[in-house]
This record gives sequence, C-alpha cells and structure tokens, in this order.
Amino acid sequence: MIYLSFNKIIIIIIIILCKIFYSIRRRNRQKRVENNIQHPLSPADAPPLPISESADADAAAASSTTITTMFRQASRLLARSINQQPKMMARAFSTDVPATPTVDSTFVESWKKVIPNMEPPKTPLTFMQPRPSTPSTIPSKLTVNFVLPYASELSSKEVDMVIVPATTGQMGVLPGHVPTIAELKPGVLSVHEGNDVTKYFLSSGFAFIHANSVADIIAIEAVPIDQIDQSLVQKGLAEFTQKLSTATTDLEKAEAQIGVDVHSALNSALTG
Amino acid sequence: MAMASLRREGRRFAAPLISSQPITAIRSSLIAEEQAPLGIRSISTQVVRNRMKSVKNIQKITKAMKMVAASKLRAIQTRAENSRGLWQPFTALLGDAPSVDAKKNVIVTISSDKGLCGGINSTSVKISKAIHKLTAGPEKETKYVILGEKAKAQLIRDSKKDIELSITELQKNPLNYTQVSVLADDILKNVEYDALRIVFNKFHSVVSFLPTMSTILSPEVVEREAESGGKLGDLDSYEIEGGETKGEILQNLAEFQFSCVLFNAVLENACSEQGARMSAMDSSSRNAGEMLDRLTLTYNRTRQASITTELIEIISGASALEG
Repeated sequence: MIYLSFNKIIIIIIIILCKIFYSIRRRNRQKRVENNIQHPLSPADAPPLPISESADADAAAASSTTITTMFRQASRLLARSINQQPKMMARAFSTDVPATPTVDSTFVESWKKVIPNMEPPKTPLTFMQPRPSTPSTIPSKLTVNFVLPYASELSSKEVDMVIVPATTGQMGVLPGHVPTIAELKPGVLSVHEGNDVTKYFLSSGFAFIHANSVADIIAIEAVPIDQIDQSLVQKGLAEFTQKLSTATTDLEKAEAQIGVDVHSALNSALTG
Repeated sequence: MAMASLRREGRRFAAPLISSQPITAIRSSLIAEEQAPLGIRSISTQVVRNRMKSVKNIQKITKAMKMVAASKLRAIQTRAENSRGLWQPFTALLGDAPSVDAKKNVIVTISSDKGLCGGINSTSVKISKAIHKLTAGPEKETKYVILGEKAKAQLIRDSKKDIELSITELQKNPLNYTQVSVLADDILKNVEYDALRIVFNKFHSVVSFLPTMSTILSPEVVEREAESGGKLGDLDSYEIEGGETKGEILQNLAEFQFSCVLFNAVLENACSEQGARMSAMDSSSRNAGEMLDRLTLTYNRTRQASITTELIEIISGASALEG
C-alpha cells in the first residue's frame, strides 16, 4: 500500500471534485450573466465566483473551452473593475487588525538582543481576533466558523447543531461538546439552525471544536447539495470503478480508490 | 536686460568648462551640457528636446504600469481578504510560538518574480537573514526555501550553501489552492524540519505592508511543547477523531496547516507586490513630471537665449554697416 501524504490526498480529491463543480458553476454563471445583462449596474457581488472559477479551471487542466471562458471572464472582469474604481478607493484599508494587538514578548526580546536595529516582524497573533474564553455554563448556541480557501462561508454564526463528516462517521456537534480535533472525509456537512437545515458537500479537511463552544471547520471545496448534478456523479462513479479494476501501479490504484470513495459519498449525499 | 542674463549664463558656462570635469553631476548646468566647445555660436535646443521626449515617455509608461498594478491589485485583494479566515483556526488551536526552540529551522521566504515593486523584496530578505542569525546556535541548522526570483538573487550571493530549494514563476497562472498545495507537498517531502518559518509581506493597506513571520511546528515539536505545558498545554485535552494514532492526526494537521498558511501568505505577498508597485510607479511618474517641468524651463531659456543671440548678431552687423 502506498503512502500518500495528506496534502496529496486533498489535491486528488479537489481535482476530481472540480470537474463536477466546474460545470455546475458554469451553469450558475450563465444564469448570472443573463442577470447581469438585465441589470448592468449590479456591483461587486459577482466577482468572487468568476475568479474562483478561473482558478478551478486551471486546477482541472484547462481544456480549450475553459480557456475561452477564462478570456471572456478576464475581459468582463477588467471592464467591471474599471467601473468600480471609486468603490475601490473606499476599501483601501483592511480591517482585520484587532484593537489591541497581542505581541509575543519573548520573541520580541530575543529579537532585540540579536538584531537591535530592525523592527521584529509581526506574527499571526497580532492579526487574530481574540477568541472568547471558556464559559462556566454550557452556552445555548454553537458558534461556527466555516472557512474555505476562497471565502469564509460562515463566520461566527450562531447555530444549534452541526453534523460533520468525520473519518469515523457523521459526528453531531452541540454546544458544550468536548474539545475535539476531527479529520474530515468527503461528505455532507449539515448546519441546523432552528428549523432550517443547510447542507454542503465538503471535500476533506479538518474540524476543531474548542471548549468555548466554537467550532472551526476548514475544508477546501464546499458546494450546496442542490447544485450537484446526479448524472455526472453516476458517470464519474462508473469511470472510477472501471479505473480501479484496470489500475496497475499502487499510485493509480490509490487515486482510483479515492475517486470511487468521493463519488460514492456524493451519491449517498444526493440520495440520503 | 538680455545682455545681462547672457553675461550671467556666460559665467556659468565658463566655470564648468574650465574645471574640465564631467558635468553630469550638476543638474543646474544643463545649459552648459549642450554648449559646444568655445568658438561655436549657435545654442542648440536639440539635446534638451531629446531629454524631454524620453522623460515624457517614461512618465507615460510608469503611469500605465501604475494603472495595470492597480487593476491587478483589485482582483487579488478580494481573494487575499477572503483567504484570511483560513489560518485563524490553526492559530486558535495551536497558538503561535515564534520563539520556539527548534533544532532544524527552515525559513520559507516569499518574494516576487518581477522587479520595480519598491522595497518589499529587500525587506523580506533582510528579515530572513535576521531570523537566520536569531535561530543560529550550536547543533542548530537553518535552511532557506525561496519562492520568487528576487529573493533568490539576493540570498544566493552570501547564503548559497544554505538554500535548500528555490521555486520561481509562481504567478504564471492565477494563484489557486491546488497549486500551492502541490508546492507545499514538494517542500515537505524534500526538507527536514522542526519548525517552518514563513516570511512574507502582509497586505495591511495600499500604502502599508507589514513584514510577517508565521511559524509552523512539526508534529514532534508540537507533542514536546504540549507535554511541557505552556501555550500548547491544553492540546492534550482535545479528543482525536479519526485516524489510528494521535501522531498520524498531528502529522496530517501539520501538513494541512502548512499548505493553508502558505496559500494565505502567497496571496498576501502578491497583493503587497502590486500595491508596492503601484506606489513606486506613482512616485516615479510624479518625479518624471517634475523633471519635465524643469526641462521645459531650461528649454525655454535656451530657446530665448539663442533668439537673443541671433538678434544681437543681426543688429550689431547692421550697425557696423551703417558705420
């Protein structure tokens, strides 16, 4: 059995998922393009999706259609960005530095001893919003931060429960859950708030649950379930099962196995 | 009036010609530059005109570069800000330990491939060298992994043997997580480390870039720090779900943390690069504009002087004829 590092596994999963999600996003974007044509003055909400699309297109080994769509996107983006010049100036300052930056004093002191002339570099602690401390009683709501590399899906959202797809199975998290580090496998994340349930299909990642009822879920790709195309999933599953049976080297077998796992997870997400 | 000014200029011509030194250093003696050796009368405006044309071209080019950098900055700034949530959960879980005592340090320096972006690459390299000095000691080794052409050019001069790996042309395709993940995998495969220190310029605003260092500890160091207490002390209180052993999970966690933090760092550095280029090109076009103003004044003075000289010649010739 071949050893694949965690990052390698994630990369293979993303490439597999992108092929499905790209066609979904392209369908969404076409709908959005029609909306844009009708509302030519609509401002900044559309940019993030086309940008991440072009990124996914690169990741999925661009074919000729994707290259032309990328060029179209790029020209549209440039036209839109020139129109947004005055808006951009207002956003010049970033707002992620907290009011009282915390500095690691031992580091600063040891720096000053060796290099007295230069300012020490900043460390991530300076830029971090301080987390709430552990309360004595169990809080009523769970605070969820759900982040992807391209966006923060949910940041500090108060919910009742989340169910995360850990490698050991679906794990429900309620406020007051014991602190846990969970590795995630491709599966469904469902966020329960009151009577609404939002379900996302995640590629793998990690979930941290802290003692102060804050849950951090970090995944690479996440798509709402209703946007997944059933036929593509079936096709992919058949293709990967076939690849698994014809695989010769360990690496190919591992890749095909991952493909089969991802597609069967997608399948059960759609049906279950 | 004109005679007086001409006499004044004549004195200015004479001094540099007598000194027989290159005149290039003295800006105000531009008039003297294009003055031909003694004996030739006509003052030519050609040289000044050539300079004006080239300075105007420089101004146009730098202004265009500023616009390009501004549009690229807009595009990448949204992505960088969206990716800021990615490293925060790791710091919330594992804390930040820049002063950790590690035997094998690897400094990952992120820089740009293209130049004309102000001082950000030099800042990154200075900080990397300082960290190298800080983490040096008996039985300790510090190595570099360099992303970007500019840092490589600077570090290869005196730390050639310490460079483990260098990667260039990062921004040929738009940055995305998969590419950075592959890169992180490559680095982790080829490099032994106890602590990874990523040095980059964090984008604070269009005019301010903060050099930042993020630390990522290898799983063994994490375990050691957790046992000894301190910031990572309550790591043991976390239950582990999935995987067979805690060590395996920590290994995966370290790799994942590295690729996430590297992704954010690369985006922030690209943002800072565009911002720095924008302000460098802006000040460059402003300087070119000022230079053009000064040259225009010089040009007008030269032109008027040559007209006055011609008039004098004509009038003195005419008066000589009259007798």
